Amino acid sequence: MLIGAIVAGVVFGLYFTLVGLGLNLVFGVMRIVNLAHGDFVMLGGYAAWWLLSAFGIHPLVAAVIVLVVFVALGMPLYYLIVPQLQRARDSEMLSLILFFGLSQMIEAVATIFLGTTERSLPGRVLGIGPIIVLGARLPKPWVFSAAVSAVAVAAVYVYLYRTRLGTLTRAVMVSRDEALATGIDVHRVSAIAFGISLALAGIAGVFAPFMLGSITPDIGVGLNITAFAVIVVGTLGNPLGTVVGGIVYGVSLMLMQTYFSSWANLLPNLLLIAVLLVRPEGLFGRQVRRA
Amino acid sequence: MRKRTLLPDLALPALVLIAFAIGPYVYSNELMLFNFVMFLALAQGLNIVYGFTGYLPFGYVGFYGAGAYGFALAVMHLHAPPLVALAAGGAAALVLAVVLLPLLRLSGAYFAIASLAAAQAVYEVVSNPALENVTKGPYGVSLSAVFAPRFSYDVGLGVLAFAFLLVVWLRNSRFGLALQAIRDDPVSAGMAGVSVVRGRTIAWLLSALVAGLVGATFAWHISVFYPDTAFDLGVSIFATVFVLFGGATTLTGPLLGVLILYGVYNAIGITVPQYFQFIYGALIVGLVLFLPNGLVSLLTTRGIRVP
Repeated sequence: MLIGAIVAGVVFGLYFTLVGLGLNLVFGVMRIVNLAHGDFVMLGGYAAWWLLSAFGIHPLVAAVIVLVVFVALGMPLYYLIVPQLQRARDSEMLSLILFFGLSQMIEAVATIFLGTTERSLPGRVLGIGPIIVLGARLPKPWVFSAAVSAVAVAAVYVYLYRTRLGTLTRAVMVSRDEALATGIDVHRVSAIAFGISLALAGIAGVFAPFMLGSITPDIGVGLNITAFAVIVVGTLGNPLGTVVGGIVYGVSLMLMQTYFSSWANLLPNLLLIAVLLVRPEGLFGRQVRRA
Repeated sequence: MRKRTLLPDLALPALVLIAFAIGPYVYSNELMLFNFVMFLALAQGLNIVYGFTGYLPFGYVGFYGAGAYGFALAVMHLHAPPLVALAAGGAAALVLAVVLLPLLRLSGAYFAIASLAAAQAVYEVVSNPALENVTKGPYGVSLSAVFAPRFSYDVGLGVLAFAFLLVVWLRNSRFGLALQAIRDDPVSAGMAGVSVVRGRTIAWLLSALVAGLVGATFAWHISVFYPDTAFDLGVSIFATVFVLFGGATTLTGPLLGVLILYGVYNAIGITVPQYFQFIYGALIVGLVLFLPNGLVSLLTTRGIRVP
């Protein structure tokens, strides 16, 4: 039972790595908190639901479509909002409020057009029957989602460390001012990172109906807290750190569900508060305290 | 230098209080008036912590919910008279604020999110079916034994007066000035001999106390409610938008925010709340981008002093 919970936790956690990955990237590059991240996950989920139920498109293909559409959506959105925001004095704090507003807008529009009915997708689309690993019965969709997450993490890693644009992105992460001074087009690099971030959220969303059971327009806020907990536990600006965060989250969630099931929903909240209070600098790699 | 007078700072709240005291005699929808009073007080409570210390607690509703459940538990288990239960509600919010004091070590965005997580955590505990014997879990509480709509409305006005007085005091006292110095530059303020930790702690506790008292009054007035209503994130959102819209650190700003936005909300927003949610979201985005200091900044940047 213990080993089973841990194995399930690792698989589940890999999925939440994908949920947090994009948020981490935006925070690392732009020093802003995209509180609407969870709402883009929600939109990705509805996209997958719509593509499958209306056209019978397989979620894997849907993920590719969502990837393209969300990148195309994210870059103009960046130019619309972020440069103006970064002119403000305390842009990190204001970003939180601004994206909270954006999140409310997305949720409202989604509720108006999609209703509050819970939407789910049949798990058999991604394969039937559980896979048994070390005595843990894992639903096939879980394994599927975790595999997609692993691919996404690898892709982000390759982008950041093996391409020229990725090197520029890391330069902006380290110091925005110095990157500007050396002639890097910071806005272009940031816009691409923003687009990638939304695409990652969207892909996470495609698998959300399988991993979360069902989706409704209001899942964004909860997902945000979870995503934030994951990236806070992991290390900022490093995709591998988000993997650690996701797995820590997944394993502790599964252990909670196994042994204290009625209190499991408390976990992301408590984990977030505890890590922020106990080891913020070490896990973030930057100063988050004052006073 | 022109001598500053307290008169406008006291006249404005007095006018509002008188208007809402007369309100029930001329307007029949008392629940709506009560909601106005509630949000006026909550907005000023949030103003205490956000306007004067710069900390924005997204989880402000946690104190409101703690106050509501403090009241409900005191009535259900101790059979306390309503006014005693009201104090218990305030005390519950204060206890929560003390527990959450370490959050003040976090800066801006981290504080906001951690406080949101804290409010969610409290909600998860209160609404947990495992605690049905204590809090009635997700099934909600019924306090019909103490139901007294008129009296609780008047007590709500008292809470609002208390919130107003706190803000008037902060705007006109050394302590309030010290808080604003801490907000603008904590290091310099500390060097100048201002006790940073003490200042923030007091503002945080006062702000939580206001929300707790409002929550307790809400529980009393409404008398039947669920954890979903007492910990509705919408309460935090509304209060935040009202304060931002009008402009923090003033009395007028949050007041205008509530009267204008909540007024419009009641005029059009009831049937399809999503339209209003959308407009609110758009307002937040627009305000942050183009008017980060709220409506009153249109006046204050021209050198006009606003109460």
